[in-house]
Amino acid sequence: MARVSMTVNGEQVSGEIEGRTLLVDFLRGTLGLTGTHVGCDTSQCGACLVHVEDAPVKACSMFAAEAEGLRVTTIEGVAGADGTLSPVQKAFQDYHGLQCGFCTPGMVMAATSLLEENPKPTEAEVRQYLEGNLCRCTGYHNIVRAVMAASGQDVGTVAAD
Amino acid sequence: MYEFEFARPTTLAEAKAALAEEDAQALAGGQTLIPSLKARLAMPSTLVSLSGIPEIKGVCIDDEGRVCIGGGTTHATVAREAAAHYPALASLAGRIGDPAVRSRGTIGGSLANNDPSACYPPAALGSGALIITDSREIAADDFFAGMFETALEEGEIITEVRFPVPERARYEKFAQPASRFPLVAVFAAKYADGARVAVTGASEEGVFRWTAAEEALSSDWSVEAVEELKAEADGMIGDIHASPEYRAHLIGVMTRRAVAATL
Repeated sequence: MARVSMTVNGEQVSGEIEGRTLLVDFLRGTLGLTGTHVGCDTSQCGACLVHVEDAPVKACSMFAAEAEGLRVTTIEGVAGADGTLSPVQKAFQDYHGLQCGFCTPGMVMAATSLLEENPKPTEAEVRQYLEGNLCRCTGYHNIVRAVMAASGQDVGTVAAD
Repeated sequence: MYEFEFARPTTLAEAKAALAEEDAQALAGGQTLIPSLKARLAMPSTLVSLSGIPEIKGVCIDDEGRVCIGGGTTHATVAREAAAHYPALASLAGRIGDPAVRSRGTIGGSLANNDPSACYPPAALGSGALIITDSREIAADDFFAGMFETALEEGEIITEVRFPVPERARYEKFAQPASRFPLVAVFAAKYADGARVAVTGASEEGVFRWTAAEEALSSDWSVEAVEELKAEADGMIGDIHASPEYRAHLIGVMTRRAVAATL
């Protein structure tokens, strides 16, 4: 066992880990931040996507020890302290960008990364950026609409043909 | 995963020392190795993470105008920082896997693993890159030694890769939609002294140079020059995704698309 320290959602945290402890297990098991989901556990589905130093990372494919000293943001750190939803979260609600909700934490984190890199993406860019995040309910159209809406763009043309 | 010790050196010298232990294994970005460990396909005694070593990260230009990329540099960084210097290479890096994979995966890890369908091996081979390790320099032509095999010795670390910048180049990928790996992809580059064409995803021997296309394109860099050229299906991979004949066909298509994109 070894000790790891990092900043999660703005708070300094630390805990005991094994060498093989994944970041997602540290977040969920040690810190109790169960908003980050484990879907496939093989880095295919993106349900565990978090931000490490502002970059999107699949938390099932990074060891907790590698996050030593780094800044991590999970879905729990996205809304305001008073519970105000972020623009991406609000758009997912407004445009029905989820059904069962299992993939949603990863989708919101990925979409947030996209809009930080590219504030006005095209529909094709949204679809391409989200290709590492799988959703088995929505058929993606409403997710794409939500991301376009969160970027302040017209959603009327999404999936129009 | 089996249990292992985790080492996180901050210098190359410390990493070398840690890798000298019996059954120690280097960990680059982990986007292949971590799933392999979960499947219990590997059982290292110590995993030596290379992600905390600043001296093997970054993109720069050397005195000869080559683009030099540290072995521990992520695909996302190459996509961003090499764009102005070697656009075809940056574009390739920006299309590997998905955004989260690009945040972690590194050029050194990709080259050392030499997956027969990886994107970086054709870039290195198609650019005639120089692969620098902690102990020597290896030309890309001497580096790749068949599926998942390279010239690297046990515990040898890729510290840097130097790419001569071509006059024109392009990487064209026919992606396998489920895995996002290339089903077949071609890196074609036009240098002053001739053309280089490297193919990934197709051969049972891993990445290779398509010399017939190189000869044709060296005398005439045009789509017409390779219009009639056909790759041999012999020795190509056949699986549920594509037959050897289909992969051979795609080599021609991807090569023509790559050349067309540079014109």
